[in-house]
Amino acid sequence: MFDFSTVTTWLHSFLMQTCGMAEWGAILTESVLVALVIITLYAVFAIALIYMERKVCACFQCRLGPMRVGKWGTLQVFSDVFKMLTKEIISMRQSDLFLHNLAPFLVVTASMITFSCLPWNQGAHIIDFNVGVFFFLAISSIGVVGILLAGWSSNNKYSLIGAMRSGAQIISYELSIGLTMLAMICLTGTMSFSEICHDQYVNGWNIVRGHVPAVIAFLIYLVAGNAECNRGPFDLPECESELTAGYHTEYSGMHFGYYYLAEYLNLFICAGMASTIFLGGWAPLHLYGLEAFNGVMDMIPGAVWFVGKTFFVVFLLMWLRWTFPRLRIDQILSLEWKYLVPFTMVNLVLMALCVAMGWTF
Amino acid sequence: MEDKSYVGGIVDGLKSLGTGLKTTMREFFTPKITEQYPENRDTNQMFERFRGSLTMPHNENNEHKCVGCGLCQMACPNGTINVTSEFYETPDGKKKKRLVKYEYNLGSCMFCQLCTRACPHGAITFDQSYENAVFDRAKLILTLNHEGSKVQE
Amino acid sequence: MSEELTPKAAPAEAQKAKAAPAAAKPAAKAATAKPAAAPAAPAKPAVNELKPQVLAPEALRAEMERLRHKEGMDFLVNLTGEDWMEDGLGVVYQLENTQTGAQACLKCVTTDREHPALPSVSDLWDIAHTYEREVYDFYGIVFTGHPDMRRLFMREDWVGYPMRKDNDPEKDNPLRMTNEPLSDVTHSYELTADGQLVATEHPLFTADDYVVNIGPQHPSTHGVLHFRVALEGEMIRKIDPVLGYIHRGVEKISEQMTYPQLLAMTDRLDYLGAMQNRHALCMCIEQAMGVEVSDRVQVIRTIMDELQRIDSHILFFSCLCQDLGATTAFLYGFRDREKILDIFEETCGGRLILNYNTIGGVMADIHPNFVKRVKEFIPYMRKNIKEYHDIFTGNVIFQNRAKGVGVLTKEQVISYGCTGGTGRASGWHNDLRKIRPYAAYDRVQFNEVIRTEGDSFARYMIRLDEILESLSIIEQLIDNIPEGDVQQKMKPIIKLPVGTYYSAVEGSRGQLGVFIESKGDKNPYRVHYRSTGLPLVSVMDTACRNNMLADLITIGGTVDYVVPDIDR
Repeated sequence: MFDFSTVTTWLHSFLMQTCGMAEWGAILTESVLVALVIITLYAVFAIALIYMERKVCACFQCRLGPMRVGKWGTLQVFSDVFKMLTKEIISMRQSDLFLHNLAPFLVVTASMITFSCLPWNQGAHIIDFNVGVFFFLAISSIGVVGILLAGWSSNNKYSLIGAMRSGAQIISYELSIGLTMLAMICLTGTMSFSEICHDQYVNGWNIVRGHVPAVIAFLIYLVAGNAECNRGPFDLPECESELTAGYHTEYSGMHFGYYYLAEYLNLFICAGMASTIFLGGWAPLHLYGLEAFNGVMDMIPGAVWFVGKTFFVVFLLMWLRWTFPRLRIDQILSLEWKYLVPFTMVNLVLMALCVAMGWTF
Repeated sequence: MEDKSYVGGIVDGLKSLGTGLKTTMREFFTPKITEQYPENRDTNQMFERFRGSLTMPHNENNEHKCVGCGLCQMACPNGTINVTSEFYETPDGKKKKRLVKYEYNLGSCMFCQLCTRACPHGAITFDQSYENAVFDRAKLILTLNHEGSKVQE
Repeated sequence: MSEELTPKAAPAEAQKAKAAPAAAKPAAKAATAKPAAAPAAPAKPAVNELKPQVLAPEALRAEMERLRHKEGMDFLVNLTGEDWMEDGLGVVYQLENTQTGAQACLKCVTTDREHPALPSVSDLWDIAHTYEREVYDFYGIVFTGHPDMRRLFMREDWVGYPMRKDNDPEKDNPLRMTNEPLSDVTHSYELTADGQLVATEHPLFTADDYVVNIGPQHPSTHGVLHFRVALEGEMIRKIDPVLGYIHRGVEKISEQMTYPQLLAMTDRLDYLGAMQNRHALCMCIEQAMGVEVSDRVQVIRTIMDELQRIDSHILFFSCLCQDLGATTAFLYGFRDREKILDIFEETCGGRLILNYNTIGGVMADIHPNFVKRVKEFIPYMRKNIKEYHDIFTGNVIFQNRAKGVGVLTKEQVISYGCTGGTGRASGWHNDLRKIRPYAAYDRVQFNEVIRTEGDSFARYMIRLDEILESLSIIEQLIDNIPEGDVQQKMKPIIKLPVGTYYSAVEGSRGQLGVFIESKGDKNPYRVHYRSTGLPLVSVMDTACRNNMLADLITIGGTVDYVVPDIDR
């Protein structure tokens, strides 16, 4: 298995020894480089996801989707981004301008930091420390602040209703996400993403090791994750047919673009977390006892495994989105509090029991 | 769901969600119904009764059938048609009416077919054109009789 | 139903007839048809003539109360304001007993043109709230005792009453470049002992109400419709519909038009009921003139009406799915509706503006492919209805959002005059195809789909089940289209005998009636359409109160109004 840390170690020593930089200089340069890579990846994945969403949704709906710009509409998203960049950012009278302008940055920052938590490959973790899961949950909650601020500062009733719905929804569903993750931490015994992945590389994917409770946790995670991303059928905060565009009704140009970007990246992050925690992250598919097969699987780089699994989960989420009607706010909350929370709690106990009794693979 | 048990409700709910997912997944692989419009321009054929725009068919001798009687103009609910006709003297000394200009405003036409039904000579009909958008409203006012055309004897 | 199936040679013949210059006789309206065997029958007594009983304003209340409570006239079918010039301004009321089917027609006239006032009947029939506002708006008749005497369609700053015969709307109403003022207060009027009108002010919304505007530009109002919604959190406390954004004055324009020209308007009322609207108008004129259309026309009209109904119900399904966020199901509906539109386009030449029925017949015979296409469509649609049920009906999310939401009782739907699927979902047998069969409905077997829950889910299921019933009606007729003329020979200038006529058909979303008053001219004196959508919008406040904002969308979607039909 290729270990990305060889590259990072080499780069570090290259900067220190060949270029003769001081330790702080080398780290600063590396940080800048990493930041550039992250921002680029962020944009690239957003574009890929938007294109994928449009094509997948079209396929579910007996349509072709974008076909005009570029072959099979491949350049459609680029032209959309270009359009968004050239659009005027409109500010309204009587809105809280400072908060109004701040809000999209909060959303996009939160999603960028969580994006950095994803383990891409063995040795390729950007933010990785012993309470990684904890950190991830904490940072992802900043996004909701951005949404609440957007709704509050827009001086628009639709926005305000949307933001309040969003607040109620995200805060509720964070509970399920936390509890499902907790169940899996029970199994892996660590909160660091790199160790979670490595553990799965050695011992097999969590979803297999944890069997029943892990599968339940996975399904609940998908539902709750979908809700966290404000995606259909949980897209109440922006639900078009009620609130026109919900909390971002009054945003235009790139400010709206940030929300749009963050929405898709949150989808990717949600799927990425699912693949990290349940599906082994960068760990390749290993079948017990088939060494030759496992050897071949190991040849495929970890990053490919990770991105592949993530896109698989993304597809699942898109499938859900383009099948179901939207829930109503009271249904969303009762789904969480009456169904998901009790289930995750029982599941947590079940998982703890399994681990304690050694009923895991 | 109130009348069902908690667990029964969950099972039924999941089952219904599964049915929905199965349906969409089946459609995922069915042939798509999108028609690629500007690309299929050459093959795209409107039905013969489609009402695109009013026309006055001319034969190969640049002759039409309109005698300029103005019945279509009277029948039109919108004042879409404006027929200008004049009297002229035939060689044998009779006064006859003939069409000078047949103006038709596509922009105000509501395609009710009263004009074509009113026409005693079948001189006007609707064609199958459908790309009727223009940049200037004035371009919607069409003159249906061709330059130098005369009535079919 | 024993007519044998013969391939139709008629279209070719019709084409020939069209190509060959007909006799020089001008204005041969029936150019596309074969010369009719029999000329238009001499005037028989019109079966649809209304003979209103004239009441003095003072006597109106007592008589109306008697009819409502003693005679059980619980359904106010139609209320038409009229201006008879020197004979005064007034209202024609059409009532019906939903149990016995007995009907009554009354007329109340006031000669005071300066301050016309009539007593309101809005406490007897809920729908009179809306109808009387419409009459006030167009004729300036104040209804004393009406709790909310505002204009219904026109801007609040409009000057004059446009439907009065002596009114020139353009004189006092320049194109206003300011936003339309929307008042938060309304007035009711009482007549004092000395004949003075006294206004009392009532608040519509108070300063404490959190009023959200749903519309006029909103994805789920299905057109340019505006609801002012007072919210408390997510709960709806009050809805005030603001109408008239796309009012085109069809009824006013109609007064200047000849009868054949009138026909062009109806397709533009309820665009999902174009066939039925025009059918109603043609039927009204034909019955008034005593013209009998051929059997072939009756059957073709029936098939077309049912295709239109399927078209409308598919769109209902699609739009409801879209409103509830199930975008995929929305497109499935559109995919299937396309098939019907193709069938329409081949025969009528249009997809939305069908322009098919004419006075005394239809525009052209059915296309040679028509029967084949329809026969292909029937099994296709049956299969896809199942898919609709799979993807949407059974879905637990939809079930929870629709069941028990926006319940309307039978009394409410009758009082509000909500005909069509909305009424049938509350257990009201109001299907005109059953009650007073017209066209070919008396020779087909079908069920009137009835449910009793009265909630959004019942309204939804009614429509889907009606698609199946319509398919079965078409199936019974499609092989048995009798031979005959597709156009009766009509006089060049069509005039209706003096009188008041009303005919109604079962439109896609309820009883669509046409009210024509004729003075014997080539133009109608007054045309009024009994809109199917106006009662449906009027009932929204009742249906939505104390439901959530999201339920407004569900209820609005399931009562299924179409705005151009409301804003005629």
